[in-house]
Amino acid sequence: MESSYSPGLPSAKAVRIARIQRIQDFLFHRTTQFFSLTVLFALLGIIVSLFINAWPALHEFGPGFFFSDEWDIIGGKFGGLIAIYGTLVSSLIALLIAVPLSFGIAVFLTEICPASLKRPLGIAIELLAAVPSIIYGMFGLFIFAPIFGDYIEPALQTIFGKIPLIGILFSGPTNGIGMLCAGLILAMMILPFIASVMRDVFEIVPPVLKESAYGIGCTTWEVVKRIVLPYTKAGVIGGVMLGLGRALGETMAVTFVIGNARRISPSLFAPGSSIASTLANQFGEAEAGLHFSSLFALGLALFFITFIVLALAKWMLIRMEKNQGLKS
Amino acid sequence: MTQALNIDQSVFARRKRANKIGLVLSMMAMGLGMIFLVWILAVLFIKGFSAINLHLFTASTPAPGSEGGGLANAIVGSLMLIASCTLISTPVGVLAGLYLSEYGDRSKVAAVTRFVTDIMLSAPSIVIGLFVYALMVAQVEHFSGWAGTIALALIAVPVVVRTTENMLRLVPGSLREAAYALGAPKWKVAFMITLRAAQSGIMTGILLALARVSGETAPLLFTALSNQFFSTNMNAPMANLPVVIFQFAMSPYDNWVSLAWGGSLLITFAVLGLNILARVVFRDKVQG
Repeated sequence: MESSYSPGLPSAKAVRIARIQRIQDFLFHRTTQFFSLTVLFALLGIIVSLFINAWPALHEFGPGFFFSDEWDIIGGKFGGLIAIYGTLVSSLIALLIAVPLSFGIAVFLTEICPASLKRPLGIAIELLAAVPSIIYGMFGLFIFAPIFGDYIEPALQTIFGKIPLIGILFSGPTNGIGMLCAGLILAMMILPFIASVMRDVFEIVPPVLKESAYGIGCTTWEVVKRIVLPYTKAGVIGGVMLGLGRALGETMAVTFVIGNARRISPSLFAPGSSIASTLANQFGEAEAGLHFSSLFALGLALFFITFIVLALAKWMLIRMEKNQGLKS
Repeated sequence: MTQALNIDQSVFARRKRANKIGLVLSMMAMGLGMIFLVWILAVLFIKGFSAINLHLFTASTPAPGSEGGGLANAIVGSLMLIASCTLISTPVGVLAGLYLSEYGDRSKVAAVTRFVTDIMLSAPSIVIGLFVYALMVAQVEHFSGWAGTIALALIAVPVVVRTTENMLRLVPGSLREAAYALGAPKWKVAFMITLRAAQSGIMTGILLALARVSGETAPLLFTALSNQFFSTNMNAPMANLPVVIFQFAMSPYDNWVSLAWGGSLLITFAVLGLNILARVVFRDKVQG
């Protein structure tokens, strides 16, 4: 008996098609790979170009550049301390305010909110994240800062001003614009980022865990504190770091409200400047030479700080995902 | 017996109180977030609407001290910058995303790329402006629309890459396997099966990237700069809404500040509109 189907050598035509397809696949592989590598090249390009342009300043002032508070454009002496201080302090204020608030929002969205409101309210928070930063800047400068300077700063001063040590943070003239105002506007901006990461990680807690806790009589708050939070610790920290990374690099909102003064003041009401605001204000007018190169050095410092913070954030979130894989 | 019961009662009351305080505080946090959103939008409406009239769309930005004027050059400039940014970042982002999802499972390079992309998503945009300045503007010694486009594309590409990869990963493996079984080569499967199945998700990513770059100011400051006059020359400095808002808001002229509010309203609506559109596109597809 002979079947009509005879396996044997493939026909010449089939071989030819297979060869063409192999070449096409090879090209497809390499092309897509090339494009995915552009992202890596962009990162390398950023680091290299910042470093090359910052080199004259780094060479002239040495590592002391990052610890000197001098910024004398005419005399040609530059140091990054004021801007670095401003960036770190304003971001820290932002975190102190935004973290508890976004935790509250995430708890509300995952545990308290009625199911029908979850989606619209979640979208509303995401829209808050989508508002461009320049709008926050306009809002901060024209609307928030005047109210802040007229009512909230004097109130803070009467409450905390008399306490030793802390009082000095709230001393000085109250004209709204300054470090604290920049921190508050930044807090508003990063709040939705942190809140949506927290909400997303809270939602992956297995319902069985939460239900068991409810089953032995835990209150909602206890479930959040004892079950959800420990389970999602790495993810929550990752979200906070992500927010910090955003706050550090934020330019427009801060530039509008930080006051752009070149000094370090112990009072949080006093104006200051951040790395990003210094760049936005001075880069356009900088002459080639040390001033120009010092601005690049500041940019390099900013990039490294945010890179480390964001890398840690990412690492935390990846660890969280991996743990989840093991547990479930 | 009664004593034991009393202790239980007090513990119970304390726990209930802690619960109530915690929940009320988180509701207040949510309320505060909503107040911020409504407050910002309300301010934009009130300040922006008075600035919106026909001149806003027909006249170019006014010279210092002169009356009237509009934002026509900035609106057109912004549209051109965003359009050219989309044309560049869409193919780059989608192909890179394809690589990460179709080839990137065992490759170390792909893992690193993914990591770097995630970091570039939140990288400070002003530093990207510095980079493009050093790369392009410093070389040709003038600001240009193209430099602005590249700066925006560097911000948009990571967004497109990550959403494309995530959406392609949602496509069931059986769909790919069915195509392979018919003898389709990998590139055909990728373009005709996987990409098509994930179409609406990828559209979402592109729209979100668009929304993200529409409001970006910092990277344009040192690249496209701005232009007081109407210009569609991508090789010359180009007016664009965000930078004009930045310059006008800080100015002492009332009509400039008012134009800045008008521009802010336009940008915010464009960005929020794109965001909502992206969600609608995605949801319709998922449900249908």
